[in-house]
Amino acid sequence: MPVRPPVIHVLHPGLFTTVQDLGRYGYQRFGVSVSGAMDSWALTVGNRLLGNPDRAAGLEITLQGPELLFEQALTIAVTGADLSPTSNGLAIPMWTVFAMKAGSRLQFGERRQGARAYLTVAGGLTGPMTLGSLSTHVRSGLGGPAGRAVKKWDQLPVGPVMRRSAQTSERSMPEAYRPRYVQSPTVRVMQGPQSEHFMDEAFRRLTESSYRVTSESDRMGYRLQGAELPHRASAEIISEAVCCGSLQVPSNRQPILLMADCQPTGGYAKLATMISADRSLAAQLAPGDSLSFRMISAQKASELFRSSRAELDRILPPHRS
Amino acid sequence: MTPRMIQLSESGVTVEFGDTIDLHTNELVSAFTAAVDQAGIPGLIEVVPAYRSATVYFDALLTDAITIMDNLRALTVNMAVAPSRPSVTHTIPVWYGGTAGPDLAEVAAQAGLTPEDAAALHASVTYRVFMLGFSPGFPYLGTVPSPLAAPRLSTPRKQVAAGSVGIAGTQTGIYPQASPGGWRIIGRTPVLLFSLHRPAPFLLAPGDLVRFVPIDEEEFAELTGDPA
Repeated sequence: MPVRPPVIHVLHPGLFTTVQDLGRYGYQRFGVSVSGAMDSWALTVGNRLLGNPDRAAGLEITLQGPELLFEQALTIAVTGADLSPTSNGLAIPMWTVFAMKAGSRLQFGERRQGARAYLTVAGGLTGPMTLGSLSTHVRSGLGGPAGRAVKKWDQLPVGPVMRRSAQTSERSMPEAYRPRYVQSPTVRVMQGPQSEHFMDEAFRRLTESSYRVTSESDRMGYRLQGAELPHRASAEIISEAVCCGSLQVPSNRQPILLMADCQPTGGYAKLATMISADRSLAAQLAPGDSLSFRMISAQKASELFRSSRAELDRILPPHRS
Repeated sequence: MTPRMIQLSESGVTVEFGDTIDLHTNELVSAFTAAVDQAGIPGLIEVVPAYRSATVYFDALLTDAITIMDNLRALTVNMAVAPSRPSVTHTIPVWYGGTAGPDLAEVAAQAGLTPEDAAALHASVTYRVFMLGFSPGFPYLGTVPSPLAAPRLSTPRKQVAAGSVGIAGTQTGIYPQASPGGWRIIGRTPVLLFSLHRPAPFLLAPGDLVRFVPIDEEEFAELTGDPA
């Protein structure tokens, strides 16, 4: 008799819950966004705790979590924002491998820290790949369950477990390495491709003031509000590639920080690029939070990229499969 | 010419071949993209060609911007300016005007033409796919005959039907999926530009050529298999 793959039942979807992996690469030239987890670091930590490959898909849970029913016993980890996860009323420790019993429920409560939690499960969420990825890009209807956010009565299938040994213990991300998400972080940026399109004043203002994350902020990008960033001439450029982290400035002189769901190309001058190592800090912000910027060299940005990855590999080595 | 190279991020480098939207510059972009696709540069993730530039993304753990720029510079020196493959020409039927093209009358009036003549003029030239963007499979096609050049709508429509053919400035494009949109809609094609249910999901690629052929409402219905 064939064994039915385990599924997680969605009893309540939460505010905005999507299936995400590390993104959809290779199709940007056809207009397809990369998407993927906003806080890819938190998703990766969850997957490594469970013995999954880094690219395994999990749930990205925004501000208010879902209610999920586990039909079969499954091993999970909750990383990223602390949205007070509980199992049948008992607190689930963050950044730690946790055994969900058959028939148990996973719920979330008060938002304590951060904006986006990640639920990873041993074996990873599975399903039909769309252009090589499970990542949900709601705007274009790609990935996830039918190209949309998770909704009530969805059944999320879980893949086969690769290495049972890694998930049995109560493996945990050491406290010292868990990020502290603050509501007004400073993120580091390097010069953007059109830095010469801006007045010198723009750099001083960008790095000496603080910017509020407005309500017009989502997975595509954050519209920020703060000191005006003046252009030398036009704010518009001939459309070219943009990426997650690009800080583009339209003619209203207020910056937009592009995030995971950004389109592959854009037509506004880009003053700066947020470095990848600080992406988590930005990914954990919600409207009303603020952020500040510090300029570093491209060389330093590359060094930080390598050193932050090396640190993660040292604490939690990747699993290949 | 020596292209200009600018770092976009730790893992991205943009290579600029000019600072205007024109055929020659875009042909250089296509030739460069083809050369990078074939070069097998270690750590390369993908190339994103645009109007006058191509951005090369790489795995910054396996390589770095300096090495990538050296690799790319060597490629541009030896790059064949002639197209590396013969351009593919696509024939795309379009039902102009009516409910399919709510802005055709206005675009035509502004050009001093009848809607029929405006449609014929739009369909009279071969367009180049300068780039794709905005949404999966959305082509930016150039160049629209100058009488038909029209600015974007001041207020974008909340919903544009899938297959809608629009004009923005001297560009024309096709919305592969229903979406919000600010281009002036002059017609609609029954052809699917993007479908996951076929081996090649994207009909058009950068550098391809497109010819529009006017059809009427009945032919449109036949082609969509719509019983109406």
